[in-house]
Amino acid sequence: MEQLIQYLSDNQQEFYVFILAVFVGIEVISKVPTVLHTPLMSGSNALSGVVIVGSILVLGKTSPENYVALSLGFLAVLLATLNVVGGFAVTNRMLEMFKKKPAKK
Amino acid sequence: MILQIIDICYMVAVVLFILGIKLMSHPDSARRGNALALSGMLLAIIASFLTPGLNNIALILVAMALGTGGGLYFAKSVQMTAMPQLVSFFNGMGGAAAALIGLVEYGDLPVDEVGKGAVLMASLVIGSISFSGSLVAMGKLQGVIKDININKILAFLVLGLAVALAIYVILSGEPQPVLVYVIVLISLIYGLAFVYPIGGADMPVVISLLNSLTGVTAATTGLLYNNMVMLMGGILVGSAGLLLTLLMAKAMNRSVANILFTSFGGSSAGG
Repeated sequence: MEQLIQYLSDNQQEFYVFILAVFVGIEVISKVPTVLHTPLMSGSNALSGVVIVGSILVLGKTSPENYVALSLGFLAVLLATLNVVGGFAVTNRMLEMFKKKPAKK
Repeated sequence: MILQIIDICYMVAVVLFILGIKLMSHPDSARRGNALALSGMLLAIIASFLTPGLNNIALILVAMALGTGGGLYFAKSVQMTAMPQLVSFFNGMGGAAAALIGLVEYGDLPVDEVGKGAVLMASLVIGSISFSGSLVAMGKLQGVIKDININKILAFLVLGLAVALAIYVILSGEPQPVLVYVIVLISLIYGLAFVYPIGGADMPVVISLLNSLTGVTAATTGLLYNNMVMLMGGILVGSAGLLLTLLMAKAMNRSVANILFTSFGGSSAGG
């Protein structure tokens, strides 16, 4: 328990950011119209692919002899890239439907 | 010097993420928002490559090339109507990546670091749930997986077991390489049990919730590395995803609790 409290106080900055980011996340999408629910879900899914940074770091610091860690790290980079690239590409495809059409009508 | 440059890149990336999500919530600016968020992500990735002492760069690039090829292929080839399945699939991949990072990091973490240990276990458990849950959600939307009623109490016991084992591993003060894999396995099972009983029509709401969970694992991974771009980006997705889940349920005239617990083994929720 002491160690946990020590950890919290050693990483105060991170936890303040954590708390503030919760409110930012809620605030920025609070007025989203219903038609955009699915594209927004897809877009934020692409953003959660930011774990790719962690996967690059973890594979980058693995020693070239540790084959288990290498393969797990390799897989992590691969899957995170799928999440990022696929996520943004799908979102873009969905949003193409919202392209302004030339004013006819 | 290079470390400071990396930090500044991460900072700019976070701003691009926030602006991106904000623009994405208006029909006129949504495409620009997506582009902004993408540029933030590219910046964060490039900055990560600047990290001093990075090994295995060739391996990283191969993995990224494969992921990029696969991601583009799926995104282009899937039919418009099958988009939600695909989002769910990609979301599961993100969760799996976070869990894998946790698995690798466990080997490097000193056993007496209780705080980081707790963060790592959160990544493992939530990432695994998000992975298996997303795949079930995808299968349900695709129509290949049918509703199976699983007793919710039993499901919660499974989750409880995973959490209890995680706490034991953190506090045991000894390396537990086998138990860590057991925890992943149990969490994967919970992910299945969590999504299996929910009806196919409610899947979009569930996917949004799982997406929020993947965001949380990105954030816990950020805590593990004291990396602000992962922390901020992850929490942003976590909280925005949670609100989006509530909004989507509301648009369907349902409550989230109603969607998640209606098939509660035997007992009927009021109303």
